[in-house]
Amino acid sequence: MLRLEGISLGFDGFTLAVDLDLPKGGRLAVLGASGGGKTTLLSVIAGFLMSDRGRIWIDGVDVTEAPVPDRPLSILFQEGNLFPHLTAFDNVALGLRPDLRLDEEARTRVDETLLQVGLAGVSTRKPGDLSGGQRSRVALARMLLRNQPLALLDEPFAALDPGLRAEMMALVADLCDATGLTLVMVSHDLRDAERLCDALILMQDGRIVTHGTMADLMANPPDTLKHWL
Amino acid sequence: MARRAFPISVATWAGAAVAGLVLVVIALPLGAVLLRADASSGLGPADWAAVRFTIWQALLSAAISVGVAIPVARALARREFRGRRALIALMGAPFILPVIVAVLGLLAVFGRQGGISAALRFLGLPELEIYGWQGVVLAHVFFNLPLAVRLILQGWLAIPAERFRLAATLGFTSRDIARHMERPMLRNVAPGAFLVIFLISTTSFAVALTLGGGPRATTVELAIYQAFLFEFDLGRAALLGLVQVGICVVAGALVIWGTKPNIAGTGLDQPVARWDAQTPAARILDAVLISAATLFLLLPLLAVVTRGAGAIAGLPPAIWAAALRSIVLSLVTATLSVGLALPMAILIARGRARGLLETIGALSIAVSPLVIGTGLFLILRPVVSPTGAALPITGLVNALAALPFVLRALVPGVEQAEAGYGRLALSLGLNGPQYLRHVLLPRLRRPLGFGAGLAAALAMGDLGVITLFAAPQQGTLPLEMYRLMGAYRTNDAAGAALLLLTLSLGVFWIFDRGGRVNAAT
Repeated sequence: MLRLEGISLGFDGFTLAVDLDLPKGGRLAVLGASGGGKTTLLSVIAGFLMSDRGRIWIDGVDVTEAPVPDRPLSILFQEGNLFPHLTAFDNVALGLRPDLRLDEEARTRVDETLLQVGLAGVSTRKPGDLSGGQRSRVALARMLLRNQPLALLDEPFAALDPGLRAEMMALVADLCDATGLTLVMVSHDLRDAERLCDALILMQDGRIVTHGTMADLMANPPDTLKHWL
Repeated sequence: MARRAFPISVATWAGAAVAGLVLVVIALPLGAVLLRADASSGLGPADWAAVRFTIWQALLSAAISVGVAIPVARALARREFRGRRALIALMGAPFILPVIVAVLGLLAVFGRQGGISAALRFLGLPELEIYGWQGVVLAHVFFNLPLAVRLILQGWLAIPAERFRLAATLGFTSRDIARHMERPMLRNVAPGAFLVIFLISTTSFAVALTLGGGPRATTVELAIYQAFLFEFDLGRAALLGLVQVGICVVAGALVIWGTKPNIAGTGLDQPVARWDAQTPAARILDAVLISAATLFLLLPLLAVVTRGAGAIAGLPPAIWAAALRSIVLSLVTATLSVGLALPMAILIARGRARGLLETIGALSIAVSPLVIGTGLFLILRPVVSPTGAALPITGLVNALAALPFVLRALVPGVEQAEAGYGRLALSLGLNGPQYLRHVLLPRLRRPLGFGAGLAAALAMGDLGVITLFAAPQQGTLPLEMYRLMGAYRTNDAAGAALLLLTLSLGVFWIFDRGGRVNAAT
């Protein structure tokens, strides 16, 4: 579903060199220390950075040269996911129509999606009046509404407390199960990765040093992964 | 609430004493103005015209500055190019640029003998008329456009980069970005910028003095000056002084009310990648905007340099003597301003009566230097010759005028030093001079240097209160330059302008640079 073939990108003395294949519905955790290349990898997949070499396919389509808006994916950042002047409803509705011209059917879809993530009663509130967990749910609802086949998560719940983070991971896992979404999640925390993902890559200096299914890696962790346990 | 134990209490007393002194030095002249104001006859038609013009030109100046700054700031926010940092740094320069120098530069570019008028003549069109309201507004835009660009650029850069990335993945068009990201930011930032520029433009006496005048372009401050020097009607000058205080208090209150904290979040202080702005048309538009703004700022300065370079060596001795007076004045002002600000900053940083102290520190914004000068003139006249006290009074008033800016530079540094080392110093028993020497001063070198440089440069270029007091042959360099311009000695005026520009930038650079050398932070 997501295929990165011979991807290479160099800047400021750093080189990203990655090959990757993720099947449809797969959930991949990208683990690694700061500066290892996790966010750079996500930026290349999303199109924020263009690779020097290699090809990227999403859902069978070569998107290597495609601009960001044309790539069939959604993304959740750690910060800056919501527009502070818009209500929760409007923030979610942006996923359908950036100009917010919604017909009745579209409004119903937004309401249903808010319900799906447990936010039925807060649709008229602005982000400043929502809790951290509710804000994460709004961003998640918008991602669902976009209905893209690939989701990129750049540590979106890192600022939440452990309990709330676990709750959000469980919610994302349920939604992935229900929709068949393919997911790539950057994380610093192996436990988060284990909760949500079925495969893992460990990145170091722009390269993948460990790659395998979560079950295999947890059952028989290689040396590279041991200090993350 | 628990109170922190601080290493020195002498600083508390010093800060309180200085704050009291500042309050007295501003309140006494204000009181003198209040008592002397001739309210019996009220304001005449000319005075009302001055009030109307003051407000009208300030509104227009602020509107044009902010209106032009918005697209320029957007272009700077979304483009990376060689010299970008230098251009943004250059936009801080007008703050320390002497008004009279800028006016000469603007005259050289936009005046009848300037390149723009020559081009218009060549095309058979009427020349630009720079004297009058047009010149006042033009000069205000010249000074305040860079300020507006910097303020609004900060707003743009405060939009998190992630939000632009999110917008790209959501397929936002330029219109969507404007609606959901840029306009909300501008609604937050632009009113504050507008009101700050409005306030500045109501108190820029030197601009009105040099480019305004006449029944249709006289500000209240210029009317005070005219009542003083031409009519010697002290009652009317004092009454106009009260009107000026009223205008500034209202404008200052509007600034406080209209400047909202930024809700957009934090971002990186570098250009943000914009996927909506990669079209050739957008690139060309941004290039044109950045080039036009750069030329608007640089051409007058280049004119000052090129015209003054040949004239500076032949300047008469009186100008060099005035330059020496200005250097002494700027050094005295810098010392006085920093000497007043440091004890107040320590007290403010310790949170004791913070609001009151900050209000006292900012009083010189509400009570403009010309009004303080008017009051001091009224107080001193029965006792000593005001002209004899011209330089000390100018130094004192300039130090008070610079105080809000020096305080703004010092307070964060004191807070940081106290938070980081206050308890350690207390445990080591460092107090009084030792605390100042080992803890505060090493960590305040940068803000002290910057604040002193700012005060020195502002005093070097000041053409305000000195005009009320100085006798012939006793003027500062800006005043002598103004006199040269009035006598149509354009060559000497050009030389004096370059000398003044060099001295203003030079004193700022020396103090600022001196503060950075071996700075602890």
